[in-house]
Amino acid sequence: MWQKIRALVVKELLAVWKDPRSRFVLIGPPIIQLLVFGYAATYDLVDVPIAFYVEDSGGDARDLVARFAGSPIFRPTANLERQSDIARVIDSREVSLVLHIGQNFSRDLAVSQPARVQLIVDGRNSNTALILTGYANTIVRDFNLEWLRQKGERLPPASLVVRSWFNPNLQSRWFIVPGIVALLSLVVTLVVTALSVARERELGTFDQLLVTPLSTAQILLGKSLAPLLIGLVEGTVIVAAAVLWFGVPFLGSLALLYVGLILFLLAVIGVGLTISSLVRTQQQAILGAFLFLVPAVILSGFATPIANMSPAVQPITLINPMRYFLVIVRGLFIQGMSAELVAQQLWPLALIAVVSLTIAGRLFRSRLS
Amino acid sequence: MIARSSMSPSSARRMRIGGLLRKESLQILRDPSSIAIAFVLPVVLLLIFGYGISLDARKVPTALVIESGSSQTASFAASFAQSPYFDLRPTATRQAAEAALISGDVSAVIVLRSDFSRRLYTPGGAPIQLIVNGSDANTARLMTGYVEGAWVAWLEQLSREEGVSLTPPIVVEPRIWFNAAVRSRDFLVPGLIAIIMTLIGALLTSLVIAREWERGTMEALLVTPVSTSELLLAKLVPYFVLGMGGMILSVVMAILLFDVPFRGSFLALTAASSLFLLTALGMGLLISTVSKNQFVAGQIAIIVTFLPAFILSGFIFDIQSMPTVVQWITHVIAARYFVTILQTSFLAGDLWAVIVPNALALALMAVFFLGITKRKTLKRLE
Repeated sequence: MWQKIRALVVKELLAVWKDPRSRFVLIGPPIIQLLVFGYAATYDLVDVPIAFYVEDSGGDARDLVARFAGSPIFRPTANLERQSDIARVIDSREVSLVLHIGQNFSRDLAVSQPARVQLIVDGRNSNTALILTGYANTIVRDFNLEWLRQKGERLPPASLVVRSWFNPNLQSRWFIVPGIVALLSLVVTLVVTALSVARERELGTFDQLLVTPLSTAQILLGKSLAPLLIGLVEGTVIVAAAVLWFGVPFLGSLALLYVGLILFLLAVIGVGLTISSLVRTQQQAILGAFLFLVPAVILSGFATPIANMSPAVQPITLINPMRYFLVIVRGLFIQGMSAELVAQQLWPLALIAVVSLTIAGRLFRSRLS
Repeated sequence: MIARSSMSPSSARRMRIGGLLRKESLQILRDPSSIAIAFVLPVVLLLIFGYGISLDARKVPTALVIESGSSQTASFAASFAQSPYFDLRPTATRQAAEAALISGDVSAVIVLRSDFSRRLYTPGGAPIQLIVNGSDANTARLMTGYVEGAWVAWLEQLSREEGVSLTPPIVVEPRIWFNAAVRSRDFLVPGLIAIIMTLIGALLTSLVIAREWERGTMEALLVTPVSTSELLLAKLVPYFVLGMGGMILSVVMAILLFDVPFRGSFLALTAASSLFLLTALGMGLLISTVSKNQFVAGQIAIIVTFLPAFILSGFIFDIQSMPTVVQWITHVIAARYFVTILQTSFLAGDLWAVIVPNALALALMAVFFLGITKRKTLKRLE
């Protein structure tokens, strides 16, 4: 029996590999996505253009400007002469923020603190605006401490000591790149599975498969094992690229990662086979896969955290296998997650896999009989 | 036939285009799939994306460890509890809080050590320890900013309560223009419209022309007296109308459902959308002319348009912070220009300094894609 299944798996793998279109699906998108996501998908800010509008000629104003100009976050691009220039450079997106130091700055600093400085931020991307405001606050806080220390004045009674665990330099890449392992295994495995039966239907070879000595269960097993192998290879390549190319640390157990990956792939294969059993052509299969992929990726926490989503949407993410696998991958990569914590994510994955595979099996049987 | 010979060339052309337009419109009406792509897909995608994507961290679970309580630690806790950004969870020990951070139950830990109150007025000051889970770097940075804000507010409150002057020498007054409430949805939803319309524009035409090639009806059309330009025009107009319908639907949803302010003029938005739609449809036409196969066309449309539009358009990730080479690439992404126009006309208004150059870029891209498509179609004839 195993021999027969093995023959079917080999045939499936060959069918995917020999067809130039399917081969493209296996190789093209993963490479493009890995590079694009790895390099472009980042929330980290560098070289943000900043303009200064300084109406005060004092040394402290110069010092404050120098602190902003010297920060790797900001790239000074202009010194403005008039108040009206602020609107011009912000509106046209020439700069993302303007630091305005008024003419009373030195006097207020010497006589009637606090001296106020204005920070005008382009809020068209509110996330960038918030992060930039945070950076500006940090620069001013450092300036304040230094100033108080130099003048021998009393420092604030409590200071903030910030430490960041797991990702001390707060690099977005450490968050995004492990996520790609989940994303690409999902995309490739789902498309391959959804297409496999649809292709046979379109070519009329599915009927031939049915008259072979293989039972329906064996056919389904063969149809599931091939995408599982493909997904495992794809996942392995991306894990390797994440560690070796992008330099993301992998601190957890590799064995646990593969347990998670296999359960995740099985859940995805169940969905793929379900799509496969419902459609008649390859095009419908692709559309069906797309209709599953978009919400699955968006509602997984891949790009933005689940905790930020509308309360009405959050429960929906509970049936999304990618949600659990993302926690596992990210946890194992940079947090060195313990087996106990991984297990909390594994059982829902296993449950989803059982349910989706059962539905696929039922649908196949009912469509065949 | 006799009638045609007596017709002037221009009225003959009008008739040919009219006939083609009728044929395309009938085809659209008979096959509901393009209507579904134009009207159902934007609604579904906008709902999923609009409710699913948000960068606003609110009520972040935060463990607060107070090792020994005093009136100052109580005022600290009360001050932080007022902030909408934290969901404070008092935790007995530092170990328990750190375990909660590792398991993901909390995203940040604030520790006031047992000597906090005693060290408050010593020269070095008392440390407030903040540990954030850095895995999600963006949320971690936002959290740090929120804690800093709450810390400053508490210092001010403390100085009032204790009657001592603790004013910092310099205070920053941030003015966030265009989005004072810093709601991420207000900039994400307009950007999403660009992403969704990229996909829909390209999908509409790419599948349709590829189908004609696949079924061989394209050759049949090309041997009629219809010129390539007329043919492309007839293909473009009905899908343009469909696409604009989807566009209007998306804008209405953005304003009424997602409460995004619209500060520009509908005239400018319509003009920019038309240019963008021409580019997107042109891209779809080119994809289908090159691939000539519905399967490949659909694949390419999704990969070439959707993903780059999502990542490289500046809709969510800041273009200025990308590596230089990647920044160059973003210039050939049509969605980049449309995202800028949409975010500006929704949040800022008709800022011509932004709208005109970006609209020109779109016009250039539309001419480019339609021109190439025309040449490629001619080549296929030979």
